[in-house]
Amino acid sequence: MPALFFVLGIPLLGSLVLAVTGHRDVARNVNVGFSFGTFVAACFLTAQIIADGPTLVWDQQFFIDPLNVFLVTLTAFVGLTTSIFSRPYMRVEQDKGKMTPPRMRLYHGMYQLFSFTMLLALTTNNLGILWVAMEAATLTTVLLVSVYRTAASLEAAWKYFILCGVGIAQALFGTVLLYMAAEKVLGPQGATLLWTNLDAIKLQLDPAIVTLAFAFLFIGYGAKVGMVPLHSWLPDAHAEGPTPVSAVLSGLLLNVAMYAVLRCKVLTDGALQTPLAGQLMMGFGLLSVVVASFFLSRQKDVKRMFSYSSIEHMGLITFAFGMGGPIANFAGLLHMTVHSLIKSAIFFTVGHATQKAGTQIMSEIRGLIKVNPTVGWGLMLGVMAILGMPPFGVFASEFLILTTAMREQPWATPFLFIALGVAFASMLVRVLPMVFGETSLKPLAHPPALLPVFVHLGLGLMLGLYIPAYLNTWFVQAARMLGG
Amino acid sequence: MIKFVPQLINLFATLILMLSFAMISQRRIVSLINLFMLQGAALVAASILLGYATHQPDLYVSAGLTLVLKVILIPWLLHRVIRQLNVRWDVETLINIPTTMLVGIGLVIFSFSLALPISRLSSSMAGGSLGIALACVLLSFMMMITRSKAVPQVIGFLSMENGLIFAATTVTSGMPMIVEFGIALDVLVGVLILGVFMFQIREKFDSLDIHNLEKLKED
Amino acid sequence: MSLLGLVSQLMAIVMALLLAPLLSGWVNQWRARLQNKSAPGLLQPYRVLHKLFNKESVLAEHASTLFRMTPYIVFGCMLLASAIIPTLSTDLPLSPAADAIALVGLFALARVFISLAAMDVGTAFGTLGARREMLVGFLAEPALLMVLFCASMISRSTSLTTIVETLAHRELAIYPSLLVAGVAFTMVSLAENARVPVDNPETHLELTMIHEALILEYSGRHLALLEWAASLKLFAYSCIGLALFFPWGVAEANAPLALLLALPVLVIKLAIGGIVLAFIETANAKMRIFRVPEFLATAFLLAVIGLLVNILLGTA
Repeated sequence: MPALFFVLGIPLLGSLVLAVTGHRDVARNVNVGFSFGTFVAACFLTAQIIADGPTLVWDQQFFIDPLNVFLVTLTAFVGLTTSIFSRPYMRVEQDKGKMTPPRMRLYHGMYQLFSFTMLLALTTNNLGILWVAMEAATLTTVLLVSVYRTAASLEAAWKYFILCGVGIAQALFGTVLLYMAAEKVLGPQGATLLWTNLDAIKLQLDPAIVTLAFAFLFIGYGAKVGMVPLHSWLPDAHAEGPTPVSAVLSGLLLNVAMYAVLRCKVLTDGALQTPLAGQLMMGFGLLSVVVASFFLSRQKDVKRMFSYSSIEHMGLITFAFGMGGPIANFAGLLHMTVHSLIKSAIFFTVGHATQKAGTQIMSEIRGLIKVNPTVGWGLMLGVMAILGMPPFGVFASEFLILTTAMREQPWATPFLFIALGVAFASMLVRVLPMVFGETSLKPLAHPPALLPVFVHLGLGLMLGLYIPAYLNTWFVQAARMLGG
Repeated sequence: MIKFVPQLINLFATLILMLSFAMISQRRIVSLINLFMLQGAALVAASILLGYATHQPDLYVSAGLTLVLKVILIPWLLHRVIRQLNVRWDVETLINIPTTMLVGIGLVIFSFSLALPISRLSSSMAGGSLGIALACVLLSFMMMITRSKAVPQVIGFLSMENGLIFAATTVTSGMPMIVEFGIALDVLVGVLILGVFMFQIREKFDSLDIHNLEKLKED
Repeated sequence: MSLLGLVSQLMAIVMALLLAPLLSGWVNQWRARLQNKSAPGLLQPYRVLHKLFNKESVLAEHASTLFRMTPYIVFGCMLLASAIIPTLSTDLPLSPAADAIALVGLFALARVFISLAAMDVGTAFGTLGARREMLVGFLAEPALLMVLFCASMISRSTSLTTIVETLAHRELAIYPSLLVAGVAFTMVSLAENARVPVDNPETHLELTMIHEALILEYSGRHLALLEWAASLKLFAYSCIGLALFFPWGVAEANAPLALLLALPVLVIKLAIGGIVLAFIETANAKMRIFRVPEFLATAFLLAVIGLLVNILLGTA
């Protein structure tokens, strides 16, 4: 299928081209160009899936179905808008001297390579390749996080590598165990690791092996989602890397890791016929929400604060998928989409704000609305949106999740409410002074790219009010497939 | 000869476990790298043996890959790095070595008990080694946690990959080829990146002590 | 108790008495050769024993009966230990007492008495040596027990003769747990016999003495008995190692021809073992005293791993 070829081939080609030419001024636009190409190819792919339904491609090695097609489009879209944002942002960073030409080459090359690995992870049918792609995504982001070469960024990148490397190794062990369980039914061949084949025989997989496999897979991929207690890489990586990297980490990588967990959960539910996987996810999701919101209330650095918000929202999503059932799954998928859009929008505005102020400490940033009204309003609206104000999309999904929880898991609702409340109060208290108040900030040399911010916020608003028909159908189909 | 093969594979498995233990209790970094090389060699031998016994040529390729990567290339890289970084001195650990070994024994018992019911279900002739593979993974993990210098952490990470490949080889007669290549590529790139990082950590902090990398804590 | 059994038992005891100093001399020779020194001669230990027996035994003024009795007790323990280990034959009348645990108990008894005797005279060196000996023994005994248990689990009995018989008669099989136990056993025997890297048998420097400090106050026939007991201990340990890990060649009951063959086989095995020991001593440096617990803890834990591997891998 040509569309898939382009979806994967364009970022790969882009990374090779930019690895060589990434330091030139035109490289920023080339980066946007490649991301745009990827997005167009993703749209074609989507159109094809709307027409044909779930498809197996290329000797069954790739599989596109409702669960991953919208994630593919979302990934390509956020990749595009982030590359647009990164144009002026990186220009300012280069002028400040924080980025040298070799580092720009590395940055641009790794950016496209990261897109490639994530799209590969989303579209592959082979669980082994999924693992390889996730590990490769870790490696590219490690290089991206450390691109400033400061002491703090080295520490963040090292911790990220070690923690996620260890986590991913556990996921490999889980994959091996899954292969072992599948081998008994399907025999030892390459096709045994294909998710579609496993899905077909999932009732025949041995429960003992699958339980152990899921435990390891959940630990491994959960570390990449930012599950407490393996989350400590997340705040550091977000705070020390360049802001475009924070945006794609929060907006995309966490989603892809969640997707990996979901694929494994489907197999586990089928093999075990008990709600063990769901219970695990609920427990750790709830733990993440609570812990993250309490850490959030103690943050002084703006990017760390929003990274804890990401952990909290991913915890909420995990909790929703853990509950299972058509409504909770639907809500989880919706939340994944809107969180990705709005969190990246927030990071866009925060990036410009920190560039203006020259610092990431919140108490030193004031009066954004006076210096640059669009940045100020963007941040204000973004924070409102992520905190769950109606009519933004986050409100809709959180509403669905909370009402389902009240119905099915009432013991969890007090925790959720308290945690969300704490997060609400802490973030508002910190952001309001940043946006309003007297300021001594000066405008930036290059006008910031704020179109992406408002496009994302607009989409987030739209999804809160009205979900397009095909998106709705996908969510429903994916929710049904996820079962529970 | 064929009837010796399960015993020989068990022998290599035990050797790999012993080498993991030796790595935990080892203080000198050069010896650590050599022990890692020996572990890779034992893994290669086990793969070749299993490939010969089960008539699966894929395992020969996998063994060749491990040989090139884990026995030749990566130890050479590591030796070069430590020569340039001049990190030969004794390694201090966070908890003393006898305690580390006691915890290690606990981990071994844990992984054996976890793996015993599952290895009985394995159809491979070396299924009993799953517990040993899991024990190696956990021991390497502990080594990564309890070391305070960068190079032993890296070696712990690589040794964990060894344990995982061993698990894949014995329990399922290896993974599909493309997955093996992918894993090998990931490991190689990972080591290269870590090598680059070590130089930069050394540049920034004048030491490879991981305690320097603890400034980003919660306040 | 057959006549052949009695003969083989007596042969074992006599052989132990005669061969033990020879073994020590052999190891010393090889060590000297590997270090490019001129060797002292193979029969030197016999000459030393002869000289010491003909000298007067000088006792400290405050030495108690314990001090005087200890050399005989220690010598007796070591001789009994050598007697119950199946060196030449498994048909030993004393074999009902030849439990692995009893063996360790014999070594412990000897250790207790010699430590008490060292402290008896009240010198600083004696107490120092006694303390260190206890430190080593405290960790070495469990390790040795674990090693013996590894072998016992394979043969389902702690009786040494049963172990040897089972292991010798099994088809040639590779037991990974015995590999691990073998490494652990080597480490333990290096510690117990006061060899490099735990203790230097040639030193008289205070900082490095363990075994030497214990026997510093003895002279004359007492010293002779203690030196002989030390070489008997090395002999016993070597024979335990051979019995557990290389049991082929040991005669069975009612096999007089095999009994005669067992002697040369034993001599050859001990000779090879002696060369290996000399090699290990030359290749290693003595470790600092506070690292000895780590060394022995490693040996203990390796032995435990051997047990666990045995359980995990089933028959292996």
